Amino acid sequence: MRPGDRIFQILTTGAGVFVVSLIGLIGLFLLVQAIPALQADNVNFLTSQVWQTTPDDMRFGIMGLLLVTVYSSLLALIIAMPISLGIALFLTQYAPKRLARPFAYVIDLLAAVPSIIYGLWGLMVFAPAIEPFSQWVNDTFSWIPLFAAGNVSPDLRGTIFTAGIVLAVMILPIITSLSREIFERTPTPHIEGALALGATRWEVIRTTVLPFGKAGYIGASMLGLGRALGETIALAIILTGAVGREFTWSLFDGGATFASKIAADYAELNNEISAGAYIAAGLVLFLLTLVVNFIARSVIAKKGD
Amino acid sequence: MSTTLEKTPATTPAFQQVSLARKAKNGFATALIWLSFLIAVVPLVWLLATVVINGVKRIPYSNWWTEDFGSVLSDEVGGGVAHAVIGSVLQGLVCAIIAVPIGMLVAIYLVEYGRGKLAKITTFMVDILSGVPSIVAALFIYALWITTFGLPRSGFAVSLALVLLMIPVVVRSSEEMLRIVPDDLREASYALGVPKWKTIMKIVLPTALSGIIGGIMMALARVMGETAPLLVLVGYSAYVNWDIFGGEQAALPLLMNNERVSNPFDEGTVAFDRIWGAALTLVLIIAIVNLLAMLFARLVAPKKK
Repeated sequence: MRPGDRIFQILTTGAGVFVVSLIGLIGLFLLVQAIPALQADNVNFLTSQVWQTTPDDMRFGIMGLLLVTVYSSLLALIIAMPISLGIALFLTQYAPKRLARPFAYVIDLLAAVPSIIYGLWGLMVFAPAIEPFSQWVNDTFSWIPLFAAGNVSPDLRGTIFTAGIVLAVMILPIITSLSREIFERTPTPHIEGALALGATRWEVIRTTVLPFGKAGYIGASMLGLGRALGETIALAIILTGAVGREFTWSLFDGGATFASKIAADYAELNNEISAGAYIAAGLVLFLLTLVVNFIARSVIAKKGD
Repeated sequence: MSTTLEKTPATTPAFQQVSLARKAKNGFATALIWLSFLIAVVPLVWLLATVVINGVKRIPYSNWWTEDFGSVLSDEVGGGVAHAVIGSVLQGLVCAIIAVPIGMLVAIYLVEYGRGKLAKITTFMVDILSGVPSIVAALFIYALWITTFGLPRSGFAVSLALVLLMIPVVVRSSEEMLRIVPDDLREASYALGVPKWKTIMKIVLPTALSGIIGGIMMALARVMGETAPLLVLVGYSAYVNWDIFGGEQAALPLLMNNERVSNPFDEGTVAFDRIWGAALTLVLIIAIVNLLAMLFARLVAPKKK
């Protein structure tokens, strides 16, 4: 092999190895930085809902953050999944070919909007707009624990409910674009076969497109979930913090997610010992999104073969 | 069988009418699918309208683009966002200078050299890396740059965190572009005795370059809207700071967050105008970068076979 070729191959392969090792490096560095704070922690890190990072009396646990993170992300997922499915089907099966491209572009635009703008819009425009509806649901269905009065927001604005809807809009594009790609690969003979048997358009979708794309759609949704779990500034702006309160299952509760907590308290990072607590929280978030993305990618990769 | 058919000519149509229930189901599904598309368009229009209507008040001032906020009080009308635009562009450019070569090398590795296990793992890890939340990337750089190396918070630290977010996007888009370069070109070059690395540098890359540049600019637009790394890795300054390696440095998302946290943020306040003005500025910059990306990608895209 010529020396130029050798050098070039080593260079490119090296870049590949570097990227592969990045994930490990991230985990390693966060872990190392988190250990001193974890050792100084006076409550159980995994089960406690307290978050206090005074350097000489560290009491912090992730359970509260974990519950709010997962709860708001699941709400977003439940809202976004059917809508994304609808849009993906619309783009692949209903929209005229000439319109499908620009429409897909419009949906992709949702992903190009910076998340801080989602946050500001969510707080200033969307939350007040949806407040009467929240109030109504809260008044009418408060006997269901899900819709009971939360313990932070007298105005029902900075709630998990509001945050979940905004999150849903934010993860729509990723679920839609991946599902669309998968639905597009439905074998044409299947579709034509169903049509030849006299199926209506909905029946074609139900008998060919959906069974073919199901695994991919679920994988895409999990990627959306991963995105929602890690969303930072939008939630930091929208969610009203619940200081020292326990998590309830009410949608009209406030709270903080892993990411929004770190973003809201970024000044705490200036103190090395307090910083460790936030890095530990970041490590848990990293592992959480890693697992979700790992499963999602495996599902999608299997479908691609 | 066939004789009976011949003797009794068909009085009913050859095809059964689609039953009412099936028709209704089909219509219902069609309506739902159209509805889901409309549901997704509503927030996009609403969001953009909010940004434009609230933001357009400030931007027409000539000093919006040329001055910083250092010369005016925090509740005084006047000044501009030049400091934040400079910070955003600097941090974005430095990030691109680091992320683009790495991302392209990885893409070249995957397309031209990558076979077997390492290539598969690299592809998978690039996907996983694209799911890492921006706040985690920020904490990683914090742990590496600030705690481990003991270096100060700076615009450069932000750029490093953005590199992590930009690499997977660059790899994906470059890979796609390199793959559609026809093999005939490579083979013709080899036949002339040109070494592989020279073939890649002089034949393959130039052919795919316009598309790659398009992908890079889209990735750049995306990272310029990130907020989380800014919160963790650099302090806000109301003055222009050209030094990316030292001192506080503004960026548009950071400016928005800073105004939101430190001033009363209601309709009619100075902070309100500044925040939405900055939001519109950010959206404009992202739109321009995206438009350029599309132009590049379309102008000289390699022809598909």
